Amino acid sequence: MNALILSAVLGVIMMFSGVMLKQKSAVRNIAITGLFLLLVVNILEMSGMSFFRINTAGMMHFDRFSLLFNCIVFFSTFVYLLLSARDIEKTGNYYAEYFTLIFFILCGVILVSSFQSLLILFLGIEIISIPLYILTGSDKKNLKSNEASLKYFLLGAFSTGLMLMGIALIYGSVGSFSTAQINMTEKPGALMIAGMILLLFSMSFKVSAAPFHFWTPDVYDGAPTVFTSFMATIVKVAAFIAFIRLFGEAFGNLQPQWQIWIALITAATLFIGNITAVFQQSVKRMLAYSSIAQAGFMLLSLYAMNADAKEGLLLYSAAYSLATIGIFAVLIKMNDYTFDGFNGLAKYQPLLAATTTIFLLSLAGIPLTAGFISKFYMLKAAVATGRHLWLVIFAVLMAAVSVYYYFRVIQAMYFKEGQPGIITTSPVFKYTLVVLAALIIILGIFPNLLLNWYYF
Amino acid sequence: MPINYYIFLSIALFCIGIVGVLTRRNAIIIFMCIELMMNAVNLLLVAFSKMHHATNGATNASAGIDGQIFVFFIMVVAAAEVSVGLAIIVMMYRNIHSVDVNFLNRLKH
Repeated sequence: MNALILSAVLGVIMMFSGVMLKQKSAVRNIAITGLFLLLVVNILEMSGMSFFRINTAGMMHFDRFSLLFNCIVFFSTFVYLLLSARDIEKTGNYYAEYFTLIFFILCGVILVSSFQSLLILFLGIEIISIPLYILTGSDKKNLKSNEASLKYFLLGAFSTGLMLMGIALIYGSVGSFSTAQINMTEKPGALMIAGMILLLFSMSFKVSAAPFHFWTPDVYDGAPTVFTSFMATIVKVAAFIAFIRLFGEAFGNLQPQWQIWIALITAATLFIGNITAVFQQSVKRMLAYSSIAQAGFMLLSLYAMNADAKEGLLLYSAAYSLATIGIFAVLIKMNDYTFDGFNGLAKYQPLLAATTTIFLLSLAGIPLTAGFISKFYMLKAAVATGRHLWLVIFAVLMAAVSVYYYFRVIQAMYFKEGQPGIITTSPVFKYTLVVLAALIIILGIFPNLLLNWYYF
Repeated sequence: MPINYYIFLSIALFCIGIVGVLTRRNAIIIFMCIELMMNAVNLLLVAFSKMHHATNGATNASAGIDGQIFVFFIMVVAAAEVSVGLAIIVMMYRNIHSVDVNFLNRLKH
């Protein structure tokens, strides 16, 4: 509750700071300090210091899972701002508003990570989506950005319509929006099943799972790169938390009915994401498909839905967000987004090349990185269900395919000659990248540093 | 009236909305179809709310009220979505002087 109120207030403060303050650096520093405060306040709440005691009438519940997830999100956003705040300012004239919208999106993330009622789920998803439509279209003169934002808006609103219909049908059969009540229904009727399927469709839209992924590459490619970074990491893992909470808490008893469908969606997502990513020429578009492929791995946690799966999802969201934010931060600095644009980067910018390599290795799931251990947790959770072993084997095969396209970037950086055009980077940027790379390796060796927080 | 009539009416409206989104090519009409989908949901929620009140109202006076509250939230969110959505469509129109979504294939290449 602390973080929810603080982030809404910070959003308003950022709006005013855009009017009051003339210096860009002041606005940026307020945003970074604000995020640091959010992180601190959230950690205080985890240790039992809650400043606000508000009766939410059973609509929200802040347990350790959601609080720890919020910590991961705030930390990732903090790193994201440290790396890319200057690039956010370059997108348009109204730079303070972009920070405002980011804080409002964080409000939505907190709502979807702790909902107990479908009303809060709906509000959270919308509070995340509506500012994102604006951020996607923030490069107003660029046709690609316009197009991406219109496409995102129309499909996002459409999937919200599906979600609302699902909620209405479930309300019809249960008579309540509370997830605990929905889980108590003994014999699900036709209304309930239809509602669950509609919710499954619309949530798959939001996390870009396979039959509903078609908007992802276009939108991620068209949006300004700084905001693609935010959408592909923080927003995507938030949608996953909503997904796993919804299906774990509201439809947990119906697991035998939906498990096979999730298994098929997972397999399709892994296949389409990985195979299409192989054929991309632009690194930005490759990362968009890679985010679909990684979503396939995160779907394994939904499929398994046990204790390992929850731990795995926390670890995966940290590993995936940090590594992807790092790669995008380097990508923003490049002039040329194709694979050839990375040629010879190691010679001119050895530090950037080395840290990017660590991020890519983590995404590919090479041992000693956080990406490996989080993939391991996911597979362990899926094996523990004892059913559909083919899915685990398929996921491992697809992870092997993913190595190809991640290593193409490494190959371009180290083994090809070229002169990469790169915008100069500040010392803070470089230090943050190094810290991020170190963190990914530390998490890969000691995953319990993060997971202990879940229990103690 | 039995609840079935309301369910069929809202499902029909909802399906008209879906078919409209999938077949029409004008961004504004697609947008109107999405609004139609949301209004079908509003109608259904109010009908269910009344139904739950009629069946459980004797034991619990506030039964079914949450459905109507949800409708207010849907209206507010839909209004917010309209303001952002129309702004995006206007921005698009300024650049290409058209609101036809067939223009939306530059990213496909």
